[in-house]
Amino acid sequence: MLSWSKHFLVPKYCYRLSEKLLPWLTFVWILSLSYGLIAGLWFAPADYQQGDGFRIIYVHVPAAIMAMAVYSLMAIAAVLSLVFRLKIAALVMSLSAPIGAAFTFLALVTGSLWGKPMWGTWWIWDARLTSVLILFFLYLAFMALRSALPEEKTRDQISAWLLIIGFINIPIIHYSVQWWNTLHQGASLKWDPSIAPSMLYPLLAMILAFALFYALILLQRLQTELLYRERKNPWVKEVIDELS
Amino acid sequence: MNFHEFYTMGGYAPYVWPSFGLAALTFISQWLLTVHKKRRTLERLKTFWDRHES
Repeated sequence: MLSWSKHFLVPKYCYRLSEKLLPWLTFVWILSLSYGLIAGLWFAPADYQQGDGFRIIYVHVPAAIMAMAVYSLMAIAAVLSLVFRLKIAALVMSLSAPIGAAFTFLALVTGSLWGKPMWGTWWIWDARLTSVLILFFLYLAFMALRSALPEEKTRDQISAWLLIIGFINIPIIHYSVQWWNTLHQGASLKWDPSIAPSMLYPLLAMILAFALFYALILLQRLQTELLYRERKNPWVKEVIDELS
Repeated sequence: MNFHEFYTMGGYAPYVWPSFGLAALTFISQWLLTVHKKRRTLERLKTFWDRHES
């Protein structure tokens, strides 16, 4: 734990570790994305009720899962940055927001595109859809709040509190399909999945691909930010010399 | 599945393809923004260190 945290908490090691991880993550990302797309769009059989329309699941569910996962990760980072004053945690928190918002937007739009042919409407104000829309607004509020606060310390603290308070929305999203009457179908993934393996495996691959994409983006944004913040440090010069 | 079924998506093409298209657009834009900023930062830091040395 100590050696691991050393590698991630010291900017230089964090940069170097990311550098080593990136090619592997990219490799697995390309594999899972290709398998997920080919198997999901071509080999998986059409659904007996929804025909080929069900294939929207392969972007909708991964986007929705990542919308919630990224927010949860940001909330954990918020706690770590408040309690332990971890610089890296504050960076993870702020650098994750745009891609988290992008995933949420994608989940909302693909949900709408799925809702139209299946439910006959682009949008209804039901519990699941509304709580995800609130999640999108939470991301936007987080980013707006940060850009409005000029001083870094207060910016990190106040925006961390926003994330922690807003976290209440995550269990609401998760249980909304059980607590309220809703048009939205129940969970697609359960421990005893009701969907056929030929439909399930591409879905799992796409979820992995979305998660890896988030990791790829976050690590590179982290690297950029660390380089800039540590620009006067000798290790940054080493990095630059290696590149030229 | 054959090619006709693939691009018509059994009649659901207007819903399925925009979904995947928007996902692709999200991925590509996030990727380009991130890589572009990293590259620009490295270039700026190179000039910074070049000036620092001379």
